Amino acid sequence: MTSFTPEFLLAAALVIPWIAAATIPLAHAAPNVREAVTLLAAGALAVVTWSLYPAVLAGARPELQLAQVVPGLDVAFRVEPLGLLFALVASTLWIVNSIYSIGYMRANEEPRQTQFYVCFAVAIASAMALAFSKNLFTLFIAYEVLTLSTYPLVTHKGNAEAIKAGRVYLVLLIGTSMVLFLPAILATWVYAGTLDFTAGGILAGKIGPLALGGLLALFVFGIGKAAVMPVHFWLPAAMVAPTPVSALLHAVAVVKAGVFSILKVIVYIFGIDTLAGSSAGDWLVYVAGTTVLAASVVALRQDNLKKRLAYSTVSQLSYVVLAAAILTPISAIGAAIHIAGHAVAKITLFFAAGAIYTAAHKTEISELDGIGWRMPWTMTAFAIGSLAMIGLPPTAGFLGKWFLLQGSMQTEQWVAVAVVVASTILNASYFLPIIVRAFSTAPPTEADTAGTHHHGDDHGEAPWPMVLALSVTAAMTVLMFFAPDVPLSLAKAMIAEVKP
Amino acid sequence: MIAMLESVGPHLPILIVIIPLLGSLLVAFTRSGNLAWLIASLSVLPLPVAAVLMTMSVLRTGQPLVYEMGNWPAPYGIVYKVDALSGFVLCVVAAIAAVIMPFARKSVATEIPSHQQSWFYALYLLCLCGLLGIVITGDAFNAFVFLEISSLSSYALIALGRHRRALLAAYQYLIMGTIGATLYVIGVGLLYLTTGSLNFDDLAVRLAEADKTYHASLMAALGFMVVGICLKIALFPLHVWLPNAYAYAPSFATTFLAGTATKVALYLLIRVLFSVFGVAMVYDRLPISDVLVVLSVAAMFIASVSAIFENNAKRMLAYSSLAQIGYITLGIGLANIHGLTGALVHIANHAVIKTALFLALGAVVYRIGSAHYSDMAGLGRRMPLTMGAVVIAGLGLMGTPGTAGFISKWYLALGAIDAGLWSVVFLIVASSLLSVIYVGRLTEVIFFREPSPRAMAARDPPLSMLVPLYVLAAATIYLGFDTRATAEIAATAAGFLVGGLTR
Repeated sequence: MTSFTPEFLLAAALVIPWIAAATIPLAHAAPNVREAVTLLAAGALAVVTWSLYPAVLAGARPELQLAQVVPGLDVAFRVEPLGLLFALVASTLWIVNSIYSIGYMRANEEPRQTQFYVCFAVAIASAMALAFSKNLFTLFIAYEVLTLSTYPLVTHKGNAEAIKAGRVYLVLLIGTSMVLFLPAILATWVYAGTLDFTAGGILAGKIGPLALGGLLALFVFGIGKAAVMPVHFWLPAAMVAPTPVSALLHAVAVVKAGVFSILKVIVYIFGIDTLAGSSAGDWLVYVAGTTVLAASVVALRQDNLKKRLAYSTVSQLSYVVLAAAILTPISAIGAAIHIAGHAVAKITLFFAAGAIYTAAHKTEISELDGIGWRMPWTMTAFAIGSLAMIGLPPTAGFLGKWFLLQGSMQTEQWVAVAVVVASTILNASYFLPIIVRAFSTAPPTEADTAGTHHHGDDHGEAPWPMVLALSVTAAMTVLMFFAPDVPLSLAKAMIAEVKP
Repeated sequence: MIAMLESVGPHLPILIVIIPLLGSLLVAFTRSGNLAWLIASLSVLPLPVAAVLMTMSVLRTGQPLVYEMGNWPAPYGIVYKVDALSGFVLCVVAAIAAVIMPFARKSVATEIPSHQQSWFYALYLLCLCGLLGIVITGDAFNAFVFLEISSLSSYALIALGRHRRALLAAYQYLIMGTIGATLYVIGVGLLYLTTGSLNFDDLAVRLAEADKTYHASLMAALGFMVVGICLKIALFPLHVWLPNAYAYAPSFATTFLAGTATKVALYLLIRVLFSVFGVAMVYDRLPISDVLVVLSVAAMFIASVSAIFENNAKRMLAYSSLAQIGYITLGIGLANIHGLTGALVHIANHAVIKTALFLALGAVVYRIGSAHYSDMAGLGRRMPLTMGAVVIAGLGLMGTPGTAGFISKWYLALGAIDAGLWSVVFLIVASSLLSVIYVGRLTEVIFFREPSPRAMAARDPPLSMLVPLYVLAAATIYLGFDTRATAEIAATAAGFLVGGLTR
């Protein structure tokens, strides 16, 4: 792979998912070929992004200019460590998610599978463009394409509930991006005269602290994908989608694109020092902290498994925002790592929820008594994911929290510390009961199974591709704790770039 | 060949008007619809070439192209004049008229009785001749003549609609349009009384002198002309004729008029405000900026809300047009370079986007005979290519980044910021949220509702309809990335209009 230049790899990463999206419909009649295209593209994309990793660590920053739309307004791409980290997460999880999708979509006999895989590929394509965007304008295009390409996925079922959810999804995400995000971009353009992501930010000395705070608010609430309360409604609503889509939303691309964008804007548009020096961003700690806790409290009250997971995501995303809002290098590292850590853990949880739905047709937590004995792999993976959500070692979830705590203690932001402690307790109290319930009752005996045919309790594990996928992501969740080199090195490289 | 081009070249300004006029005469003598279509196509196809050649020459030399009728020099005779502004609008009108020609044959053949088809094409060419004439002429009264030519032919075009309500719609438009044209010509008369000239450039020079003695008359003239033109533009609240006219006219006529007619009226407004009276006289003395901004914002919101609750796709798009016209007049009202660039860019972008959408509806009517939501339900899977283009153009209408619509919005918002109107920035983006809702609603009907009995049998239209549709859909995307042909020329024109007259 060394023979390829980083520029070529960048171009390939941007193009491969589009090729997949264009090729998949051709294989509409041959599902096996169609899925092979998806897997092949996902594999190729992962190879490409991972090949970029050593180059970027070594200091390469490949660039690509596509078009100049208006003088000064370019569609351009540039690989930097944070973007690469997001791209690595998305491309790697695309493989696992595709394997899982094949199992899920076929086992549940979902309609319109070709459309599903095409939209999925377009979503990945826009995630890549978003990760590698060189300026806010490019990021904004990718952000909107991501929303639009996931809309058909959210409404995949096509029933009244899905259409309603689709409306909430589209109006809230497009709405916030148009009404808040776009004016924020315009204001940045007018005040700073550029939209390029620049180490140290571009707004230093350009506007007063009050305007700076207002602009930050436009960005934070305009990037609705980050689901900071009160613009989080779309996420629980989108739960009607098939589980692989939920995984895409919660782990692979969508919400990650949101928090990534906020982190990128804070680090590369505002500049950590500019914000910290003006105390214009102090309010964000409280807003993010409130979201962390309030979403957890709501999650506590959900009996629907996917809904509980959804509110857990809202809460976990605001960890990232909180970490970014603390405005220290170490907490920014925490934010970057939590993007990766939460991704692998949350995808595991959703995979497990989908496996339970596929094998047992159960969606409510109160129905899960003893299911751990029937689906040991699934529920073990679920347990690992839960630990990561709580933030316990040995899982990836611990890392982000650790850096976040360090950062908030360094700067003596005790509110943030309190939020982390309280939310850990809350997380434990809505994840541990699920695991206890799953393994509480005795394992079913032969006689039980024979007698309860009509209850549909005679199921085992879900189809093997699903079990494989969720086992892999669970393993990744643990692995990242013991070997956090990749996200850590990239996060540190980001800080080195910003604060030489 | 080259020698011929060289001899034709200087006469392009008159040819662009004469060719459709002669074509119209020729078509009127034919009996067969297909032959009429062929002649019409042949007379329309050279027009965009001529428009582009003239515009390129203007941009290259930096000098306007002036064509003196019968070699009478400017203030005495009528001149045709192509500058950056008129060249830009000529290109838009001629290109739209040419792109939709392949679509016309089958659409007209099904919607218009065979004995009226050649009349239809004759009227179409006459209307086109009038529209191009308004844009190219340098004479205020000549512009009125062309305005009447285009208006009268468009009343008849609309009246040819299949539905009986088309007659009422045409009548309504006739009354409103005539009032508008009358107001305009009263204004022109007042100008002639006070200055003794009808030439736009000459007027601009003489107005300063006349202003000292005839101030009130000039202001009255300005008022008459602006209100008269705004009736043709269908600026809120002078818009009531438009939704019915668009809804009941034959599909091809709607497509053509939606993309061009209001755009030309907008051109005339810009010409009168910026070239004849000038920024100093118009904007510094009269609250015309405030009035235009307020009415535009009202149009953007009220028309968009009407579009949301509309159940007929043609009417929905008509209301959407009213809202989009609001964007353009907003840019005119802002009267700075960014705002005016936004207005001009949106003249082109909206023409492309809205023509694509009306073409798609024309294809729907061709297949299922109706553009009502209840009949269009479930068409997404039956006419996937057509509906795919609807989605692309719909995204453009919403102003999604990466489409032409975004470029317009970008400049308009910058114009509002330049004018210090941050609240207007938020109104612009908030109103585009309304377009998300009405486009989204159409999408839901098309893709999520159970197919209607009519939709069950539908399939994508023939290539002659799909190709123009996809040319425009592709342009919607392309013009979102490459704006050299739109924003750059628009910015040049806006620079002349705003910069040249604030001296």
